[in-house]
Amino acid sequence: MIAVELRKLFRRPRTWVTIGLLNALPVLVAVLLAVTDLAPRPGEGPAFLSAVLTNGTLYPLAALAIVLPLFLPIAVALIAGDSVAGEAQAGTLRYLLARPAGRTRLLVAKLVSILVFVFVTVVVVAVIGYLTGQLLFDVQPLGGTSVSGTTLTPAQVAGRTLLAVGYVAVSMLGVAAFALFFSTLTDSPLAAMLGALGILVASSLLFTLDAASSFAPYLPTRYWLAFVDFFRAPILWRDIVRGLGLQVVYVAVLLGAAWANFATKDVSS
Amino acid sequence: MRAGDVYGFLGANGSGKTTTVRMLLGLVLPTAGQVQLLGEPMPKAARRVLPRVGALIEGPAHYGHLSGRANLALMDAAGPGGVRRTRTARIDTVLEQVGLAGVGRKPVKAYSLGMRQRLGLGAALLRRPELVILDEPTNGLDPQGIHEIRELLLDLNRGGTTVFMSSHLLAEVEQLCTRVGVLDRGRLVLQDSLATLTAPTGATVVRTPDPQRVRAALDGRVLSVDGTRAVVRGEDPAEVNAALVAAGVPVTGLALQRPTLEEVVLAAASSSADRVDAPGERSRR
Repeated sequence: MIAVELRKLFRRPRTWVTIGLLNALPVLVAVLLAVTDLAPRPGEGPAFLSAVLTNGTLYPLAALAIVLPLFLPIAVALIAGDSVAGEAQAGTLRYLLARPAGRTRLLVAKLVSILVFVFVTVVVVAVIGYLTGQLLFDVQPLGGTSVSGTTLTPAQVAGRTLLAVGYVAVSMLGVAAFALFFSTLTDSPLAAMLGALGILVASSLLFTLDAASSFAPYLPTRYWLAFVDFFRAPILWRDIVRGLGLQVVYVAVLLGAAWANFATKDVSS
Repeated sequence: MRAGDVYGFLGANGSGKTTTVRMLLGLVLPTAGQVQLLGEPMPKAARRVLPRVGALIEGPAHYGHLSGRANLALMDAAGPGGVRRTRTARIDTVLEQVGLAGVGRKPVKAYSLGMRQRLGLGAALLRRPELVILDEPTNGLDPQGIHEIRELLLDLNRGGTTVFMSSHLLAEVEQLCTRVGVLDRGRLVLQDSLATLTAPTGATVVRTPDPQRVRAALDGRVLSVDGTRAVVRGEDPAEVNAALVAAGVPVTGLALQRPTLEEVVLAAASSSADRVDAPGERSRR
């Protein structure tokens, strides 16, 4: 069943178009920076972007920072929101269940295929970012500079980049869980996707509001940017650990809700 | 229904045919009562029973960007009972059966309505089921297509497959089914073999240019007269014919009177369920 879902996901042109479009913005930004030599000042614009002109090795991270606030969640919400509701809308859900695919099995297979999509997408962004960085910017063979100002060896940069890629992927799982849950509630993939995005927009907005500070630590987007902390010296684990814990709770609760709803739902689409 | 039947499940729009089919397949859960399919409780035994069943539920549905063959392969892999080793051969067989063997790699979104219907039927037949449950199987097909599908279903039935089809096309059911059930507002109001339901009424219909002369010749046996038609009591058209010819009445046609399926269904079911009358008489539940 999992293999079937993966085949469906990756044989669908839309999946690749989504991943392609997601990479267009970081590449465009890289080209603009390389041509004009005008990097944002340190502390402005997406993280790491100020440093890439002098060190292209950091561009995978800059690319992730560029797509993280909006493009990446949109892509994840699109695929996860479509997972069940899209089948319902197309009418294929009833045939899958009458096969019988088994409701829990189907949901697990959908979940796994979404996880694979999230990881593939984040890795592709990092790889394209790496290639762009190598091609367009100066590369310092001696590694890089941490956000704290100390020097990192190339091995450290590579290792910490992988950790950051993993952390970003996990951060996206919360979005995926919201969209998957909404996807079991409605027969409209669009509604499921927009529902998940609505949660994220609300979360980002509340995060900036002092009046909401009492529950700010529990907002799903609260620790997204903590991947920057992998590049401090030493690594600042506090927010990273909290971010991971928060995502785990969101994912567990929402998947439980999705399962409870889907396992007993009347499928009338 | 019994094994080996071609069962016609009739009822007006909104009478509950599709809901019943969905309940049989475990898509909708009953609020009260139990559902049994092939003698096993549904949806509890779904994993055991459903691989023995093929279904076409409320029109076909496929992944539009994939070819018909890829769609069948995905569906076959999506549940138990589809053995991978025989998959290609089985797909070839059903594409042949439903008349799509030459369709090639074209994506399903380029298919016509009739082709999609054929592909949906193919998906239902993929695991060589003992029972096929078909909701409006000839929807979207042209007359030749309907004829082909009818032959295919009869052929399957001769091979031992039980066919359950819901329809509101009475003519189609009349030509295909051996047993008929009629659903009215969620209740089964009639179930019998088609032969019994449309058995001769014991009267003969006489066609003649002058039906009044029939009344004169067969006094007391004439049940009704209209236009060029007279209904005469008597189960033997030959006997009626002999009597009329002896009396010099010209006869252009003779037939045993049988109720049509339409008359039977209309007598059994109340008005169309998608008709909503003002309150007064509460609908039966």
